[in-house]
Amino acid sequence: MNEQHIGIAVRQRIAITRAPEHYTRTAVALHWTIAGLVICGFTLGWVMTELAISPLKLRMYNWHKWIGITVLSLAAVRGIWRLTHTAPALLPMPGWQRISAHGLHGLLYVIMFLQPLSGWAYSNAVGYPIVYLGLVPLPNLVSKDKALAHTLLEVHETVAWILAVAVALHALAALKHHFMDRDGTLKRMLSWRSSRT
Amino acid sequence: MTRTTRLCTMALLVAAFALTALAADNNIDAAKSTLIATFKQEGVPVDAPFKTFSGRIVYDPANVAAASAALDVDTASLDIGDDAYSAEVRKKAWFDSAAFPKATFRSTAIKAGAAGHFDATGTLTVKGKALTVTVPLTTQNVAGGTAFDGSFAISRKAFGIGDPTWNDVLDDSVKVRFHLVSSNH
Repeated sequence: MNEQHIGIAVRQRIAITRAPEHYTRTAVALHWTIAGLVICGFTLGWVMTELAISPLKLRMYNWHKWIGITVLSLAAVRGIWRLTHTAPALLPMPGWQRISAHGLHGLLYVIMFLQPLSGWAYSNAVGYPIVYLGLVPLPNLVSKDKALAHTLLEVHETVAWILAVAVALHALAALKHHFMDRDGTLKRMLSWRSSRT
Repeated sequence: MTRTTRLCTMALLVAAFALTALAADNNIDAAKSTLIATFKQEGVPVDAPFKTFSGRIVYDPANVAAASAALDVDTASLDIGDDAYSAEVRKKAWFDSAAFPKATFRSTAIKAGAAGHFDATGTLTVKGKALTVTVPLTTQNVAGGTAFDGSFAISRKAFGIGDPTWNDVLDDSVKVRFHLVSSNH
């Protein structure tokens, strides 16, 4: 192997490992779809628990569960997509911000799975199976158990508030990057002109 | 002690004795038995057990025609999962447990079918409404007695359980399934 060949090999390696500048359209679509569903699910969850028992309350619980299962499914797709597609690197920023950003993104990924799963298990522990969209019966994660239901509800409520704070920080950070740092952090998650799918 | 008080005491004693005798009549082993109502809300089937019931099943395989079944169910003991919801179904629009604490079944005819299969016809009274139902069931011998298994469907509307505003989210038909173990005496 001569020097020229080595040069080509190195350039190819760099091309493969260098992070892209844009998010794929799939990643952008998943981000905003999940964001919208999470906001709807959170709001519904808050309102429905405050309501007195009524047919509407029951319906809202079902909508809340269906949203949760949709988020869980999309989170699985998103997780696989993220593992198989390199995300763009963070734009230049101080070290503490870099660490916080990665930490917060990790936390949001964990919550995308944990919150639907804790809700699903809670519903089962109370004795209510989940039938997705009223059509597809899902398996029970746990069997009926009052004490377990109580614990799972506390987990679900606590994670809901952690989620609210995490989403707020995430959004505030994006706005700070956009309006104060004037970098492309927010724009690249809004961009639909990516060359790659 | 006046004559009246004496009479009252007597009456009370007789009543207490009658009640004790009635309770002793129970031959259903509650610990081994289950009585579950399965309702369906927006396609979701929910199993709700009645926690308290008692009764008497008289059954001799050699003389099925003489068999009989009587069951008393505490309507307030229905557990539909969350405590707030269980409290809701005790209210007037649902079981009205304050006015109608018991739902009852009294058999009027037991007919034998294929081996181990029976049809129990009787009067089911819920919320003061008495309707005739026929319940298919099977029997099998278990340690210390006989187990009776079966299920049947009832209409909420027929007994006035739940007001019509619920009909869009809650099926009218509720499946009741039981596993009753009675000692053979």
